[in-house]
Amino acid sequence: MSHRLDGKGRLIDRSKKLRFTFNGKAMTGYAGDTLASALLGSGQSVMGRSFKYHRPRGVVASGVEEPNALMNLGEGGRFEPNQRATTTPLFDGLTATSQNHWPSLEFDIGAVNDLAARFLPAGFYYKTFMFPRFAWKHLFEPFIRQSAGLGQVPKEPDADRYEHVYHHTDVLVIGGGVAGLAAARAAAAGGAKVMVLEQTAHWGGRAPVDGGQIDGLDPETWVNNAVQELETAENVTLRLGTMGAGVYDHGYVLGYERVADATPGDDRPRHRLWRIRAKQIVTATGAIERPLSFPGNDVPGVMLASAVRDYVVNWGVAPGRRTVIVTNNDDAYLTALALKEAKLEVPAIIDVRATLVGPLADRARKAGIKLMHGKAVVGVKGKKQVTGVMVADLDGKSTPDAIECDAVAMSGGWSPVVHLWSHCGGKLNWDDAEAMFKPDPARPPLGADGQGFVLTAGNASGAMGLAEALADGHEAGRQAAKAAGGTLTRKAAPKAPETERQPLKQVWIMPTSAGPDKRMKMWLDYQNDVKVSDVQLAAREGYASVEHTKRYTTLGMATDQGKLSNINGLAVLSDALGQAIPQTGTTTFRPPYTPISMGAIAGEARGELFQPIRRTPMHSAHDAAGAVWEPVGHWRRPFCFARTGETDMEAVNREIVNTRDNVGMLDASTLGKILVTGPDAGKFLDMLYTNVMSSLPVGKCRYGLMCTENGFVTDDGVVARIGEQTWLCHTTTGGADRIHGHMEDWLQCEWWDWKVYTANLTEQYAQVAVAGPKARKVLEALGGMDVSKEAMPFMTWADGTLAGIPARVYRISFTGELSYEIAVPANRGAELWAKVAEAGAAHGIQPYGTEAMHIMRAEKGFVMIGDETDGTVIPQDLNMGWIISKKKTDYLGKRAQERSHMASPDRWRLVGLETLDGSVIPDGAYAVGEGFNANGQRNMIGRVTSTYYSPTIRKGIAMGLIQHGPDRMGEVVDFATLDGTGTVIKAKIVETCFYDKEGAKADV
Amino acid sequence: MLILTCPYCGVEADETELAPGGEAHLKRATVGDSDEAFEAYLFDRANPKGVHFERWRHAYGCGKWFLAARHTVTLEVYGTYKAQTPEPTKEIVAAIKKRLPEWEGRG
Repeated sequence: MSHRLDGKGRLIDRSKKLRFTFNGKAMTGYAGDTLASALLGSGQSVMGRSFKYHRPRGVVASGVEEPNALMNLGEGGRFEPNQRATTTPLFDGLTATSQNHWPSLEFDIGAVNDLAARFLPAGFYYKTFMFPRFAWKHLFEPFIRQSAGLGQVPKEPDADRYEHVYHHTDVLVIGGGVAGLAAARAAAAGGAKVMVLEQTAHWGGRAPVDGGQIDGLDPETWVNNAVQELETAENVTLRLGTMGAGVYDHGYVLGYERVADATPGDDRPRHRLWRIRAKQIVTATGAIERPLSFPGNDVPGVMLASAVRDYVVNWGVAPGRRTVIVTNNDDAYLTALALKEAKLEVPAIIDVRATLVGPLADRARKAGIKLMHGKAVVGVKGKKQVTGVMVADLDGKSTPDAIECDAVAMSGGWSPVVHLWSHCGGKLNWDDAEAMFKPDPARPPLGADGQGFVLTAGNASGAMGLAEALADGHEAGRQAAKAAGGTLTRKAAPKAPETERQPLKQVWIMPTSAGPDKRMKMWLDYQNDVKVSDVQLAAREGYASVEHTKRYTTLGMATDQGKLSNINGLAVLSDALGQAIPQTGTTTFRPPYTPISMGAIAGEARGELFQPIRRTPMHSAHDAAGAVWEPVGHWRRPFCFARTGETDMEAVNREIVNTRDNVGMLDASTLGKILVTGPDAGKFLDMLYTNVMSSLPVGKCRYGLMCTENGFVTDDGVVARIGEQTWLCHTTTGGADRIHGHMEDWLQCEWWDWKVYTANLTEQYAQVAVAGPKARKVLEALGGMDVSKEAMPFMTWADGTLAGIPARVYRISFTGELSYEIAVPANRGAELWAKVAEAGAAHGIQPYGTEAMHIMRAEKGFVMIGDETDGTVIPQDLNMGWIISKKKTDYLGKRAQERSHMASPDRWRLVGLETLDGSVIPDGAYAVGEGFNANGQRNMIGRVTSTYYSPTIRKGIAMGLIQHGPDRMGEVVDFATLDGTGTVIKAKIVETCFYDKEGAKADV
Repeated sequence: MLILTCPYCGVEADETELAPGGEAHLKRATVGDSDEAFEAYLFDRANPKGVHFERWRHAYGCGKWFLAARHTVTLEVYGTYKAQTPEPTKEIVAAIKKRLPEWEGRG
């Protein structure tokens, strides 16, 4: 039974008791505890249920590698699932619930899966996809949905805030253990600007627990001194509680700082994402101990030997009263000695090695511990808690003996944390003596200069002894400073006495001769319930690649990403495939190192700060007038101006009728306005537009269409010639930045010797369209310019002063009515809007929004980029052959439009559509023809591009692209509805223009 | 997250400041060219495992297009140069050859 020890625990403060709840039960711990140590200290060893078989699970590790103790933390807006108890700092009032159990942690119905384990083998999910077809929907899916899944999804918006912070440094040291601190000291002494990140709340890593001497001091004292030295150095930044999450191209690193997890609601950002650029990176990320694969290695009470040691030394918590040690290396002896020192029983050290010599074995013997050589654990007794182990010869052929115990500390050797080294392409070598993949310093991740930018230090290099780790860390810091522009320090490296370590023995399953019954009880991946037998089955079924086996068995795909299981899993796979481990290789290491919060990724980008909103100068006036807003690109435009008691569509119809009968006003400021000027501007615009712009007389306007080099329509708008060398190109609202970029691309990269200059003036002008039969009266009332037909005919523009405001007035029309577009400097826009409204009041002027604008242009048969076009439509499809110059030898898109498919008579072409019953065709509806295609669907012969109720002609109107459309005037086509009933809407093919076909109303 | 130096303003720009523009040094095919030549211009793109010439725009900086020679696997950058350059410059070719003597030039 796990319990709190008297007096021990270097990280806890026994004077500060903290209350918390676990599954609603009140418990206590101490300041400095993690949730895991507090639970163990309270005697709670079962902390969750496994994913697939719902087996009871206890904590295995003491750090980020923990696969089992995942919790739902917090409540309401601070609820968060899948949090590791081992990395959760305890605070007063913490609430935690265990996951993946129903109805309770103690009694779980899903555990029946455990009995059915034989029928849920590797690749179970994939196999259920295969056969029989009905079973997936009716049997497997409901079953899997019910039983699988980790934490719950948060239901409320996150109550906390998060932030991003940018940092530049010469040397970034990731990991604040003794090797990382040695590296930081050496780099700082070399004159480099240094930053050190440590993921836990404490400096020093494992060294204070594992003991030894550094520069004649105990590790803890040395660590304190080193930190103090670094803290006072001006060129060093230290961050505790900050994990190096990922290493990316050219020295970019993400750091994940947990600022206020333990102080919810204290007003600080909860997490901070550090976006760091480092010239050199030293990964001092330590190593992770591996479990051993023996039958029953997942029973609560079986833990990593290093974790058992951590709980005893750091938090004064014992996982059990009688702990059996099982190991294939020296390291676990430290755990036995730590337990003995804490006055706990250690009935035996079970060591797979045949001879047990060396200082650690001697110390264990001296402490009175029984050493059993050449032995293995061949079974674990107990279900929710270990009650004993069965021990036999390593090959399992001797009769097993039972040893009573309530905890097992296992060590299968250590794996350097190579993740951050590998993220950006660092390569690994297999060290067979140490049984580990280590970074290959000759093949580091490369920076922009082709030189390595990541170094490793200490255990992360595979330097496992204290003396070696310190020397390695110091040297990494020296070299990093030099490579980052500093010098190689002559400061001495910290020294530790050399320790003698006995070689490890590679044992990947125990007993080595285990049959199927035992192999299906040996867990590799605890969280995803992947066992030795699953990996072996995958190999038998032909999964030879480690990447495929991973996905087939889900080994290493849980939230811990295989930190404990990967090496054991690929060793088992290699054995099954009869090949060496390096031949099998590892799966790919991808960031983040451990999961980081979505909030940290989002940072400040939520709510109003999610995306900048572009507002026209008249925005607040529209808001006051009750505008219903619509996003158009980053702009907000009024969809309509609804009055009290009016629906949006009633408002739209009123606005249209009023514009057609009287006069309307539209905020057209968002339209793109790009100035193109220079001696070659005309030549350039002739290449850009399908028609000729160079021949446009000064003072006149011309509609133009632009295509991509692929021939497809990309934008349109009215071009006004301002001067001999100057044109103003109007673009669509959404297209302004894109088209300006398109112009610059061609000018800079293709026709760079043409003398042309462009400027995007979109936001420099506010623009108001005044449209309707009474528009001229409104402009006359504004006063200051002759706006008569004679002085300012259709498709011309003039500069002047209107209502005292300098203005440029264009006589262009998108409604089909008599229309003026008035452009004024942006800072006069609100004033102009108010004056137009005032001057128009006597004439019944009303503002109209984008929907009225869309419907009025559709009534006129004007195309809308993005409605009638979708990136696959050429001008000829829109019956706009008239806008394609026959005289020009070249323009963007001309060659593409000559391709045979573009000239095909079978292309879908634009027509108008009038429903027979007056209804409105649903948006996106397809026209269906005779027969069915290979998938049993009706053959399609066209589709609707714009469809509206027209208040002007009082019925549904539409435009659509229909095969042979213009040749089928008067024919009726069927449009499929989407309600699944198979009913169709019948529509007659007509001309695209529904209103004032002669264009008489605009040209008055 | 690459860092490329803009050859116009000299800024060592983070990738977030830049917009990619695909393969560099394409020759425009147009009216009068064969279907095959036009297809190659529009669609055929090099996808080397090795040295690649790319277009980049310093979109959130000076706005200029420039070209970069880069290794697609190691992410080594051999140099950046102005967009008004029909072929990789001598300096760029020398920088590549210095690092990759066996490099045979643009395929």
